[in-house]
Parts: sequence; C-alpha cells; structure tokens
Amino acid sequence: MSKEPVAVVGIGQTKHVAARRDVSIAGLVREAAQRALQDAELTWADIDAVVIGKAPDFFEGVMMPELYLADALGAVGKPMLRVHTAGSVGGSTALVATNLIAGRVHGTVLTLAYEKQSESNAMWGLSLPIPFQQPLLAGAGGFFAPHVRAYMRRTGAPDTVGSLVAYKDRRNALKNPYAHLHEHDITLEKVQASPMLWDPIRYSETCPSSDGACAMILTDRAGAARSPRPPAWMHGGAMRSEPTLFAGKDFVSPQAGKDCAADVYRQAGIADPRRDIDAVEMYVPFSWYEPMWLENLGFAEEGEGWKLTESGVTELDGDLPVNMSGGVLSTNPIGASGMIRFAEAALQVRGQAGEHQVDGARRVLGHAYGGGSQFFSMWLVGSAPPAS
Amino acid sequence: MPPIRDIAVVAFAQTDHRRTSDEVSEVEMLIPVLHDVLDRTGLKTSDIGFTCSGSTDYLAGRAFSFTMALDGVGAWPPISESHVEMDGAWALYEAWTKLLTGEVDTALVYAYGKSSPGSVRDVLTRQLDPYYVAPLWPDSVALAALQAQALIDAGETDEPVLASVAARSRASAAANSHAQLRGSVAQGDYLVRPLRTGDCPPVGDGAAAVILAAGERARELCERPAWIRGIDHRIEAHGLGVRDLTDSPSTRLAAERAGAFERPVDTAELHAPFTSQEVVLRTALRLDESVTVNPSGGALAANPVMAAGLIRIGEAAARIHRGASDRALAHATSGPCLQQNLVAVLEGDAR
Repeated sequence: MSKEPVAVVGIGQTKHVAARRDVSIAGLVREAAQRALQDAELTWADIDAVVIGKAPDFFEGVMMPELYLADALGAVGKPMLRVHTAGSVGGSTALVATNLIAGRVHGTVLTLAYEKQSESNAMWGLSLPIPFQQPLLAGAGGFFAPHVRAYMRRTGAPDTVGSLVAYKDRRNALKNPYAHLHEHDITLEKVQASPMLWDPIRYSETCPSSDGACAMILTDRAGAARSPRPPAWMHGGAMRSEPTLFAGKDFVSPQAGKDCAADVYRQAGIADPRRDIDAVEMYVPFSWYEPMWLENLGFAEEGEGWKLTESGVTELDGDLPVNMSGGVLSTNPIGASGMIRFAEAALQVRGQAGEHQVDGARRVLGHAYGGGSQFFSMWLVGSAPPAS
Repeated sequence: MPPIRDIAVVAFAQTDHRRTSDEVSEVEMLIPVLHDVLDRTGLKTSDIGFTCSGSTDYLAGRAFSFTMALDGVGAWPPISESHVEMDGAWALYEAWTKLLTGEVDTALVYAYGKSSPGSVRDVLTRQLDPYYVAPLWPDSVALAALQAQALIDAGETDEPVLASVAARSRASAAANSHAQLRGSVAQGDYLVRPLRTGDCPPVGDGAAAVILAAGERARELCERPAWIRGIDHRIEAHGLGVRDLTDSPSTRLAAERAGAFERPVDTAELHAPFTSQEVVLRTALRLDESVTVNPSGGALAANPVMAAGLIRIGEAAARIHRGASDRALAHATSGPCLQQNLVAVLEGDAR
C-alpha cells in the first residue's frame, strides 16, 4: 500500500502589515485563499475540504474561529478541520491537509493559516496567569534569550552573528513584495546600534507583529497533472513534540527538532542535507536561531552553525540560502508564520519566488517550531515528483 | 470509495464526569484515563505511532493550555503528535487520516474539558461572529432555545416529546457509572423558553481517550475491534439567519459519506446536548424506533465540552467491543445550533 503523492499547485498570501484595518478576519483569510485559487486556476467548487490553523484563539478573542470563517472560506457543505499546535501550527496545518490527500480521503484541499494581531494583544494572550506554575512574564524574547546565550557560550560564536542574520533577512525581505518589514535604509550598523531588549537579543533582531494569512492548494497526482504552473511535490513531512520544560532538555538543540528532521530526510531520501538540499526556509523569530537551527537540522556539525552564517553561506546568493523571503524576522503573523515557511519552500521549487528566487532550487526545506522549542513541523518539497 | 486500510477503535476510557473538579488540574484529570486506555491494550506510550488531542483554550482560560496536558502523555522521547482546537471526535478524524497514509499502525486520541471554572454559557458566546453577534453575548442555551422554538413552530416536536427525550436519556444513564445526571431527573422550570433545565445538558468536567489501530494490529489489541467503516464531517454557514434550524443538512451529508444509510444501524450515540437537537438529528439520520439511541445517556447525562463528541464514538465502539452492537453510528457536533457535524459508522466482525 503506497500513499498518494501530494502536490502544491496554488499559493496565496496577503501583503503582511502591522494592521489590516481595511478587512475583517474573514476578509483577510478570503484574500489569501482567493490568491491561492487564482494561482492554481481553480474555483471554490474544486475544493473538497478546508484545513485551517492559527495560534491561540485568545490572540483575536474568537473561540474556534473556523465556525465563523466557514462561509468566508467556501467551506459550507464541506469538511473543515481546525489545527492548533502553538507556533508550529502553520506547518502542522499543511501536514494535516497533506494527510487528507496522501490517505486518499480527498483529491484537492485548501489549507490556510492566519493571524490578525492588530485585533488583539498577543502579550496579554500569552500572559494569562496559570495556577501553580511559574509564569513566563518576560515575553517570548525573555524566554529564548538565555538559550541564545547558552548557544554562544557553548560554541564560542562571536556576538556579531545575530546581527548578520537580521541584516540578511531584512535585505531579503526587500525582494519579497508580501513581506511586512521593508526597511530600505537598512545597514548592518543600524542593526548593531538598535536597543538591547533581552541581552543578547537586540530590537532589530526580533520579529514584528503582523496581520496576514497564507493559503495553499494541495492536490493529488491527477490534480497536479492539470496544474497550469509547475507543482511543488512533497517528499517528506513530519511533526515531533517534547515537553517545554524538563530536566535534561537541550534548549539549544531540542531532540524533537532533530528527530523531526531525521524523519523528513528518511522519507525524502536525503543522505546529507547540506549537499542534497538547495535552500531552507526556517522559523527564525530571533536572529540567533538561524545558526542554532542550522545545527539542529543537520546542515552543520554541532558548534559550527554560526560559521555558515558568518561566511555568507546562508545569504541569498550563498551556497545554502536561508530565509529567502525575509523570514519570520521580517513577517510574523504568528499562526501563519509556519505555513509561510512551507509555502516559500514550495514557491522556490516551483520557480515562482520572483526576485528572491534561488536559481536551480530543486529541493527546499520548510521548517516551523512552537511553544518553548517544544513543537516541530517540517516538510521537504521538490520540483520533481517523489521517486516511489 | 472505501478506505484503503481497515482502521478500528480498539479501546476506550473516560473519567467520571462531575460538576466540579477543583482539586485536579486538566493533566491530573487526564492521566488516569490515559493509563486506563493504554492498559486495555497493553500498549505503552512509546508504542503509539501518533497522538492527537482535542481541547479548547477558552475553557482553560489561557493560551496553549494543551501543552501542559501533553506532558501528561509522557512526551519523552519526542512523539509524533498534533492537536485540534475542536472536540476530540475531530482529533480522532485526524488520527484516522494519519493511519490511512500507512505511516503508523496505532494512534492515541484524547480530549478533555473543564467547564466548571467559568460560565460555559458565556464562554461559548465567543464562538460567534466577533463583529456582529458575539458583542451581543447570545448564550448557547438561548441559541438552542431558538432552534427548539423553530422546531415546535414547524410542528416537528412539542414540549412533552422533548421531556420524554430527557427522561429516556437520564433513565439510560442509570446504567452508566460515568454519567453526571442519572435516573429520574426533574424536567424543572424554564431556563430559556421553550427549554427547561431538563432539556439542557449538565455543566461538567471530564476527559476521554481512544486507541485506534489498523488492520492486523487491531485484531491483536482487541478481541472484537470496532471497525470504522466510514467517517465524515461537514460544516454549515455560521449565520443562524441563513440556516433552517429545523434541519441538519451537514449531518445528513456526513452520514451519507460515511455510509450510514447503506445498511441499518442498531445503535446510535448522538451528541445532542439539548433534547430538541436529538429531534433534528433523528430525522437527518433517518433513525427509527428500532435503533437504540444514546444507551449511555448521551450528552444530556454528561456533557464535558470538547470530550462529549469523542465519548459518543467511544461509547458506540465499546458496545461493539462487548457484543451489544454489530453496527453503530456515532455523531459529534460543534458550534451553535449544530453548525458542524461528524458521523462515524462502526462495525464489529460478523458473529
């Protein structure tokens, strides 16, 4: 028994901005979905099911928003599934949609993730008191800064690496019309001179708060054959979870991330990720996570990730481009951020990434994580159908 | 098209559902249930191929509430795991699709909800259109009352019939040690006309867990697996004004896709928190008097929000496991006035 091959034939996203005051939540998601349908040259009637994801419901104050969004996403009369796996949700949502096709339940599925942070206060949403537990009231940056510090101490990385990542990603974002931050006057000196927020994380090394949505049309082999544009084929996908806090957890390089990547590489027949993968869209909300994830995902030996960054390997024209779109550092509608990574990977292998296209990208990894480095989801997409 | 792989519910466990559970956290409530369901198969957490849960942050009153519950599964070494912010019945659906891909042979599904810390009637108003409807705070009982009145106005039911649904459910629940409302329960005063307290579900806390297995693995783990012959779910428009509240086309369509109408079922476990909703579902599912409806007492006897749908599947499967049913239908619902509905058809091997 073999799985049905799964292809991405449509991708749509909104122009991500701090506040989309011109549309409701329904208007926002519909915009992304319609763009994905346009890309696939399909209509609402071609969609068999909808799989939607977003980060906590508290962020917009809507409980189970799939109920309210059923009409806007053309789901009336169709199956609609709602995924929530914290910050990795955008990736997990795409993978759940993938299973519907791989398991031959449906032929063509719309999957979408969003966040409209302007209608909320994410800091509040994450800071509700939890009985009998130590509150993490320092915000996400405060939680992750000690782990970045641990990485620096462990590897001897110079403290300039974080700013190099931020400078690169913000320049990449200038080539991506959908990216939130378009800082035309960005310089390395400006990044380095930005205020220190959570030592060693500076203001310009953190992600923005964005409104935005990302949608993909996934389909089976027959659907891919009808696609007007080159499909991206899924070669492997996996999720892994581990507790946020426990004695012995390696916050610098969590086992769940390693296991998740290993599962994806096994499915995709990747022996040496550094050699076999052409580019990576990874979830880097704070700049130092680029070198950290390079190691966690097997692109560099332990302690060596920062050297790839420092030597320019991860630049758009480098040997292993990372976050060609500008990444989470330039665009962060939290619930959608994971799916944007997955979608950007697909755009690259389809040759549809425009100005931030990597020449000859044939196999690209999309990566997402969430919680306190607790949840991981990844997929590897290729320009050619999977071998088996 | 039939599923490409046979998948069955091989074990089911649930808590005793109670009005309050102040002394235990969600994870403390869940752990005994997880142990129970694993013990029934002899599996350990590390043997499970995929884990999926259903819950909602709005009951817990905080974001990412499910992450703590996950720790109760014993999530180390890292597991393959996912979560739906929906009733656990949809978590089971996700696990079923994962099993269909052939990547895993077993799955653990669980769901939990504690309604007692807040006012669930108020909490559920947050499900509604956030711009036009939610600001008015129409609560879940009031919306169900609209549906009940529409049914009465259409001549589909009347108050004595609704009272008989309530009485039958609680009488059946007398044999269910997990149920919260059991035996003779007064129909009571109007809560929101035409619904009396007896027409409404108890507010309570609870959890449930199910193990799924594919093919031969299911036969190894369970003497009489409850095979999922079909499972489907459908959603309707959100706006109550554009729906016929006396009908449930999404239930009918889901049942059709799940193969429910191909042969008669002997048992139906319906997730109908309000008596009037059983009337709607019976019609949509074409259930006649020969079908045993809600032998567990249904959601009128215990309605732990987020787990109540999964419990319907579990109860139906358990009847097949113990030979009390050969072909059972299980139904779960989500949203105001039956907006979203899931139907599963379960069968035991021929005896």
